[in-house]
Amino acid sequence: MISVHGLRKHYKVHKRPPGLKAALRSLFHRTYTSVKAVDGISFDIRPGERVGFLGPNGAGKTTTLKVLSGLLHPSEGEVRVDGHVPRLREEAFLKKIMLVMGQKQQLLWDLPPAETFELNRAIYDVPTLQYKQTLDELVGLLEIGDLIGKPTRQLSLGERMKCELAAALIHRPRVLFLDEPTIGLDVSMQATMRTFIKDYNEKYGATLILTSHYMDDVAALCPRVIVIDKGLLSYDGSLEALVQRVRPEKRVVLRLSEVVDASRLESLGKLVTHEAGTAVLQVKQDAVNATISRALSGLPVTDLTVENAPLEEVMSELFAENKARRLQAAESVPA
Amino acid sequence: MNARGLLRALPTMLRVSFAESVAYRAEMFVWVLSTTMPLVNMVLWMAVAKSAPVGNFGQADFVGYFLATFAVRQLTSAWAAWLINWEVKQGTLAMRLLRPISPLWGYASDNVAGFPMRVVVALPVVLLSIALVGADKAVPQHAWQWGLFLVAVLGGWAITFLANVAIGALSLFLDSSQKMMEVWMVLFFVCSGYMYPVEFLPEGLRTVIDWLPFRYQMGLPVELMTNAHDLPTALGLVARQWAWVLGMGALAVGLWKQGVKRFAAFGG
Repeated sequence: MISVHGLRKHYKVHKRPPGLKAALRSLFHRTYTSVKAVDGISFDIRPGERVGFLGPNGAGKTTTLKVLSGLLHPSEGEVRVDGHVPRLREEAFLKKIMLVMGQKQQLLWDLPPAETFELNRAIYDVPTLQYKQTLDELVGLLEIGDLIGKPTRQLSLGERMKCELAAALIHRPRVLFLDEPTIGLDVSMQATMRTFIKDYNEKYGATLILTSHYMDDVAALCPRVIVIDKGLLSYDGSLEALVQRVRPEKRVVLRLSEVVDASRLESLGKLVTHEAGTAVLQVKQDAVNATISRALSGLPVTDLTVENAPLEEVMSELFAENKARRLQAAESVPA
Repeated sequence: MNARGLLRALPTMLRVSFAESVAYRAEMFVWVLSTTMPLVNMVLWMAVAKSAPVGNFGQADFVGYFLATFAVRQLTSAWAAWLINWEVKQGTLAMRLLRPISPLWGYASDNVAGFPMRVVVALPVVLLSIALVGADKAVPQHAWQWGLFLVAVLGGWAITFLANVAIGALSLFLDSSQKMMEVWMVLFFVCSGYMYPVEFLPEGLRTVIDWLPFRYQMGLPVELMTNAHDLPTALGLVARQWAWVLGMGALAVGLWKQGVKRFAAFGG
C-alpha cells in the first residue's frame, strides 16, 4: 500500500542572528543552511495496517507525512501510495487519502461544520446516498448531531476536532494520515477519538499512519511503530518488541496496607517510586516470579500488578541512545 | 478534477462561498465604504469642470463616468493575492492542496460568490446615474454595447483575479509578495482609469498604457458602459483585453504550478 525508499527531504533555510545590524546585513547578503528534515528513510506498509510514527520534535515525522500526502516534493527517493506518486497529486490519489493535522483545520471557521461536509461531498464527488449513509454514521459514532449546525468558531477544541475528523472521512479515504489528532484534547475525548479511529480502520480496512506525542494513542492504536530521529529511521517493528529491546525490565506495582521502609523494598528490586501505599519496583524479566513470591510473603500487599515500563520512558531512553550514538560517531570521525 | 466533476462541484462551492461572504454583516458594510473612492473623485472632477469642460468631459460626463467606475469596481474586484499570501505563510494552503480540485477554483469561487451582494450595491448607483445624467451617459444603449460591456466586465475581473493569483503565487518563491501587490495596486490606480479617464493622459503615455493590462481591468468596461466607443474600436479593445486574459492566465497558472512545488507547508 505504501512504499518509501531512500526518502530525503532537505530544506534551504535562511539563518541570521538577532539585532538591527544582522537585519540590515541580511538585506544584501543572506546565509543559507541546509536542514535535513528527512535523510534517507525506507519502509513499507501493508493495506489495513495501523502504524505509529514516532520521534522527538523536529525528527521529520510531519515532513514524511506531508511527502506521503503529496504536499511536499521529496528532495530524493521513491515514494508510492497505493500505486500513486504523491507529488503528482493526481485526482484519483487525492480521493483516496486524507491528512488530518491536529494543528490545522479544514472546517470553514464562520460556518457550521455541516457546510464543510457538504462542500467536501461536492468536491470529492461523493454519491448522495453514500454521503447520507457516511454522514449518519459519523454523526452517530462521534456524537456530533448537536454540533454540526453551530458555527465552527463557537465550538470547543474537542468538539471541533471531532467535526474535523468527520469532515476528513466524508469521502471514506483508504489511507489516513493522522498528525497529532488528539493534541489538546481531554482524556475522555482522546479515548473517544482512539476508539473511533480504530473502528474506522477495522470497518473500511483503511491504512493508517499516526503521529502523536501521547503514547496512549500509540499503545491503543498501533501494533507497529516506526521511530524516526533526526531524519533517520531508528526502529521499525512491533511496539512490544521495541519495549523489550529498550526496557526489558518489568515494573511490579505493589499496593500496601501499611507503611513499609524503603530499604525492605530495595531488597526486592530497583525502587522506582515509593509513595503512600504504593511502591513501584523495576526487576529483570526472569526475576519477576521470585520477586512476587518474596513480596507476597514478606510485605503487607493488598494488590499487585506487573507492567511494562511506560512508553514515554521507553521512547526517551531510545532517543537518548540515538543521541549518544550520533555523538560517538561524530567524535570518531577524524578531524 | 475533470470538467464534469468541476461543473457538479461549482454550484456547491459558490453557495458555500456566498454563505461565508455574508457571515459578517458589519464587515460587508465597511467593505462597501472602502470602495467609495470613485465618488470622491467624482466630486473633485466636477469641481474642476465647473467653469469649463476638461477635454471631452463636462460635469455630467464626470458623474456618469465615476458612477460607472464605482459599479464596475464592484463587479471586477478580486483579493486572492492577500489570501494566498496569508495561506502560504500560515501553511493553511496545505488543506486546499489536499483536495482533488485546484485551489485556484476555490479562490475564484470565493471571489465570484460575492457578486450578488456587490450587484445589490452597484445597481442603485447605476439607477442614480441614469436619473442624474440620462441613460445615454450611464448605461449601454444597444444590444451589442450591452454584450461587449458584459464581456469586458468578465475580462476585467479575469485579469484582476489572474494578476492576483500570479502575484500571490510569487509568495511561494519570495516568502511574501504583499508589497508587490501594493505596487500593482498603485499602478492600477494610476493607469487604469480609476482616478481619471485615461484619455486625459498625454499621447505617448497613453500609448504605453494601452499596452498594459490596467486599463482593461477598469477603464475599458467603464468606457463601454458609458458608450465611449463605436463598434470597431470597442471590438479591437475587447480583443486586446482578452489577449491579456490569456497571457495573464498562462502566467498565473505557470507561476502557481512551479510555486506549489516549492511549498514548504510550514506550521504544524
